[in-house]
Amino acid sequence: MLLSEMKAGQSGIISAMGGTGVLQRRIREMGFLKGTRVYVEKYAPLKDPLELIVKGYHISLRVEEAAQITVDDVKQDFL
Amino acid sequence: MHEKSITIALAGNPNSGKTTIFNNITGTRQKVGNWPGVTVEKKEGLISKYGYDLKIVDLPGTYSLTPFSIEEIIARDFVLEESPDVVIDIIDASNLERSLYLATQLREIDCRVIFALNMADVARTKGTKIDAEKLSELLDLPVVFTVGNKNEGIDTLLTKAIELAGSTAEIQQKRKVKYSKDIENAIIKLQDFIENKVKAKLAYNLRWTAIKLLENDKIVTERILLKAGDKRNDLLQEVQALRAHLMDRFNDDPEIVMTDERYGFIAGIIKKTLTSSSQNRVDISRNIDFFLTHRYLGFPVFILFIWAMFQLTFSVGAYPMEWIDRVVTLFAIGMNNLLPDSVLKELIVNGIIPGVGSVIIFLPNILILFFCIAIFEDTGYMARAAFLMDRIMHVIGLHGKSFIPMLMGFGCNVPAVVAARTLESEKDRILTILITPFMSCSAKLPIYIVLAGAFFSAKAGTVIFAVYLVGIIISVVSGRLFRTTLLKGADAPFVMELPPYRAPMISSLLIHMWDRGKIFLKKIGGVILVGSIVIWVLSAFPANIRYSLDYASEIVRVEALYEAEITAAGKSERDVIEKKKDMAIAKLIMARRAEKTEKSFMGKIGKSIAPLFAPLGIDWRGSVALLTGVVAKEIVVSSMGILYAVEKEPDALQSALVKSNMTPLSAFSMMLFVLLYLPCIATMGTIWRETGAFKWMLFSILYSTSLAWIVCFCVYQGGKIIGIN
Repeated sequence: MLLSEMKAGQSGIISAMGGTGVLQRRIREMGFLKGTRVYVEKYAPLKDPLELIVKGYHISLRVEEAAQITVDDVKQDFL
Repeated sequence: MHEKSITIALAGNPNSGKTTIFNNITGTRQKVGNWPGVTVEKKEGLISKYGYDLKIVDLPGTYSLTPFSIEEIIARDFVLEESPDVVIDIIDASNLERSLYLATQLREIDCRVIFALNMADVARTKGTKIDAEKLSELLDLPVVFTVGNKNEGIDTLLTKAIELAGSTAEIQQKRKVKYSKDIENAIIKLQDFIENKVKAKLAYNLRWTAIKLLENDKIVTERILLKAGDKRNDLLQEVQALRAHLMDRFNDDPEIVMTDERYGFIAGIIKKTLTSSSQNRVDISRNIDFFLTHRYLGFPVFILFIWAMFQLTFSVGAYPMEWIDRVVTLFAIGMNNLLPDSVLKELIVNGIIPGVGSVIIFLPNILILFFCIAIFEDTGYMARAAFLMDRIMHVIGLHGKSFIPMLMGFGCNVPAVVAARTLESEKDRILTILITPFMSCSAKLPIYIVLAGAFFSAKAGTVIFAVYLVGIIISVVSGRLFRTTLLKGADAPFVMELPPYRAPMISSLLIHMWDRGKIFLKKIGGVILVGSIVIWVLSAFPANIRYSLDYASEIVRVEALYEAEITAAGKSERDVIEKKKDMAIAKLIMARRAEKTEKSFMGKIGKSIAPLFAPLGIDWRGSVALLTGVVAKEIVVSSMGILYAVEKEPDALQSALVKSNMTPLSAFSMMLFVLLYLPCIATMGTIWRETGAFKWMLFSILYSTSLAWIVCFCVYQGGKIIGIN
């Protein structure tokens, strides 16, 4: 499943990342790594960007960027 | 003079409280903000402490030292090129894992690093505990706890930093990141190659250089190749071969693998130093965001905030404006009575006081506006604004962060253009800079107030709002146009932290507000003062004008005429005739003044460019006023005051305008021209500096001015055709 397909309140574990080099590296530097759990806090009122919680802090990504990240083990979560 | 001087650089993530600590140490004025990347300038502070001269340099807040953004390049180059004696890495204790990423990169550069674990009190309430001793041991560096906004731990931090600067101990290799076997082998191979084959004298640490070459770091590679001389191609081939090998081995770019491995190293440290209990986690920020970025409430609240900001700026600002107005008037009267008649008196009373006075009156507005923006920044709301606005900004092909410089553009374009630095991609930055001037700055507002007040009375507010709206629409359209032509390409990824909300410190808000207000005051002291002198000189000379009418004898004649009437009239009518006489004389004096201006240098210049403005419904006075506005927009009103020969703006100016041959349509056209035409000198200079290219400044001038002409032409001529006046 793609990160961009997750609903608010769900969390998943990153299993793969695509996208260009710059984007890939930038989001990795911010802590998006394979095996890391991401929680979808909410989508912005216009459905883009989305707010995520990763490694204990809040960060926003655009839907198109989130679509580069594949997640596993998606479940309803309480964070 | 002390014996020893030490340079200390402050590094850290945005929102780590770095700027607060900098302010605590140096006591100097500096921007403090919560919006990611607010510290864009390199700020320094000099202090003397413990017998040392300490030079404190505040590096831009960055998440990493990968040179993607200007901030990262500035920060890295400072550490590399200036080799500070100590780098204090300020770490947000509640964000240890991510903060350590920057720390590992600093460690690799081979500089002396000390950790300031900041805001540990906040982290504790979030349920995280950090074993500082263990952390210190694992990374082989001193760790100090600080609470920036309470000024705790700062002295210890400085003492430790001085201690570290004096130590000669080598940094132990094992404390640095150790990569997996394949990468370590490649690093060693490359190190050998550089050392034995290239034999170039490198400015940087060898291991670090090898790592950067393997990471395909463009800046470092370029610098090293420059040093490599005739071994250039050999080195390049070696690097490419090694990269190809790693790519083959990991099926991914080496830089990405290395990023992962750094986090792997960090994970090891976290496991040994961090204990977190998930109990009693109260996240106030999330509760606030429940409303502020809420699906339905988010936008209304945002619009409410912006509305409140402008409301506060203009309605609350009206009171101090009146006080300043009174003081300026009193001052003018005082000077008029005090000074002996001379050209100098003329200059002061008719040139400088009205010129500067009509601008300084807007200081309250500007300070309130900047205070509000400072609140948005310091609380962390700015990042939420970007979060809300990104979808809309994305339509223009811009980043949500671009919204912030554009919003600031409503205050003053100079700091707004500077604020565009926080954008990572150069194209985004230039695009934002080019369209920001269409956000009507506060200096243009007095012009709208005068014109709209004179011609649209009750609907003035709506008309001014329409002008602002036109500015926004033009910037959106221009943005799209530039994105599809001049600055093609996708916008930068929207990777933005939403920092926890923080209660703003009043001192920091005031520093913030004052820093920007100062720019405005400097403008008054500099360009505007010079501008009003120039304008006065141009309008007061040549001194001996051949008038179309001998006003002096005409006044005597009129006076005599009325005197005769008064003596002839009955007692009851005398007062009425007396008033008529005064009015007639005042009319003559005004007519003389207007003719004087018309025949002055200024009038001549205005008349020569007037044909250009005629199709826009702007007469020669308007042309001159617009011309003077190039110096600073604030001047437009004061030069109109002089040109229409009125005593005091804005009331007298408004009635003079109504009496002139201006119509509501031509007034609207002039407002649009003011909105769109070339920015003031200060902004032009800033555009040049921030884009780093003269051509962008020139482009901005030509684009905005020709656009202004075209838009006003269409509005005025179109309006006339459909019969609006």
